Amino acid sequence: MAAAEIDIKYVAHLARIALSPDEEKKLAAQLGGILGYIEKLNELDVTNIEPTAHAVPMVNVTRADEIRPSLPHEDALRNAPKQANGLFIVPKIVE
Amino acid sequence: MLNQLTISELAVKLSKREISAREVTQACLDQIARVDGKIHAFISHDPRDALAQADAADKEISSGATPVQKPLLGIPIAVKDVLAVKNQPLNCGSKILEKFISLYDATAVEKLKAAGAIVFGRCNMDEFAMGSSTENSAFGVTKNPWDIARIPGGSSGGSAAAVAADEAIATLGTDTGGSIRQPAALCGVIGLKPTYGRISRYGLVAFASSLDQIGSFTKNVSDAAMMIGVMSGVDPRDSTSVPQPVPDYVAALDGKVKGLKLGLPKEYLIGGLDPEVKAAVDAAVKQLEKLGAEIVEISLPHTDYAVATYYIVATAEASANLARFDGIRYGLRVDGNDPAELYSKTRGAGFGAEVKRRIILGTYVLSSGYYDAYYLRAQKVRTLIRSDFLKAFETVDAIVTPTTPTAAFKIGEKSGDPLQMYLSDIFTISCNLAGNCGVSVPCGFTKSPRLPIGLQLLGKPFGEETMLKLAHAYEQSTNWHREKPPISAAV
Repeated sequence: MAAAEIDIKYVAHLARIALSPDEEKKLAAQLGGILGYIEKLNELDVTNIEPTAHAVPMVNVTRADEIRPSLPHEDALRNAPKQANGLFIVPKIVE
Repeated sequence: MLNQLTISELAVKLSKREISAREVTQACLDQIARVDGKIHAFISHDPRDALAQADAADKEISSGATPVQKPLLGIPIAVKDVLAVKNQPLNCGSKILEKFISLYDATAVEKLKAAGAIVFGRCNMDEFAMGSSTENSAFGVTKNPWDIARIPGGSSGGSAAAVAADEAIATLGTDTGGSIRQPAALCGVIGLKPTYGRISRYGLVAFASSLDQIGSFTKNVSDAAMMIGVMSGVDPRDSTSVPQPVPDYVAALDGKVKGLKLGLPKEYLIGGLDPEVKAAVDAAVKQLEKLGAEIVEISLPHTDYAVATYYIVATAEASANLARFDGIRYGLRVDGNDPAELYSKTRGAGFGAEVKRRIILGTYVLSSGYYDAYYLRAQKVRTLIRSDFLKAFETVDAIVTPTTPTAAFKIGEKSGDPLQMYLSDIFTISCNLAGNCGVSVPCGFTKSPRLPIGLQLLGKPFGEETMLKLAHAYEQSTNWHREKPPISAAV
């Protein structure tokens, strides 16, 4: 994990966030500083250490497979920025 | 003034019908009208709805409902803007959710309502709970009631300031890396973060799912014990809630701390710790010793790696969680020629600088070629941090530290330097990575200006009873928690 030069345009594209050129410049510098600090973790030997994803690990948590009431259709659409005929409206995907 | 009283004091007066829930609620609303223009603890609140809930509570009281059945009956409790309350706004301090109205109650909120609470008001916060100062809200900065030139802490800064300024009797917050304990310390109130999994996260807008936990801000430890007792328990709607019995937390506050072993980690008493904070914490540790606790020096050797680990794990989880804000189903939409352009424009316009910074950092540490070097390594270091605590808890019953390295800093002081801001959470972050519980209680003040200092107690996973017992015994032997900021007291 070298103190990598972060390709801000590429990562912002992966994250689907449009940035202005000013934002790109500022973020690249700030993230460079943060990644530099994170380098600290290289001081540690982590050979044979298991990763922790959850502090209180629980596995195979299931609930009864029963039909229950869910969000009513009109409620699900209540906060939609654009809707019609009971559907979310999105830009054209297929020509 | 009724808004200055605690839950337990009000419950007695309400059940004797010496006062009404309407009077208590009105006192909080009056206080908001009087001071919130200066403090801005609230993004919004609906006085008419709060009073309607109060009237309903009064009806229940007059038809014989008791505090035993409904321990929070008639108590006005405000909520951090990241928790769903049915038919109330839910903004997460963000422009991207500016017009969102909740369709259901979070489980914690549902339980508060079932216990009789008047759930009102949206407390200001750092956008999506990302920050340590509440300067990252799209709805303006919250000020510290002790000095309005200073930050209240964050991310639950509005919730902490509201209790400190007596605008609500108690509030809910969330804690991912210290977002309850840090603002509680800086505002001079009690901030409790229960063990991960203790309270269901259903209806909490996710930031970092393996770290987030709901908790409370209160005026004393007994009220904190009451709140957590009401909200705890397994929930089929959150598969990470833990099926652990819920004890009577208030009953655990019996003052019997004699012989309890309290660990003092040497790594927390070095570099960067303000001398006044150190002196207050040293005095508090002596006080706990005087009360009968046995102080043991311990070591948490990986403390120095916690902030770096946190900013990989938390941002990675955030980058996935916040993918849902895409302008399609809810929230802001900025149109584009195709869906991809719509997503990017919406997110570019809707998210603030800190949220963008964290999503991009999280995307980077998870991206192809960097995953092993950053994310996987951080998860392994998390194991080391967790092992430090598990080992320490083999010999001690709880751990005592400062909550923050300094008292409240000035608005703008750290906002230009994200890394300095991150380092202000250095004492609270390990607790979330390890999955322990933690509480901050007031333990003194700096001299000039006069600002609160917090003492942090950390308990074993599901060790809330012992941790709160110690916090309560300490609190009852001091008067720090009774002090009010001048802005609250002045009429």
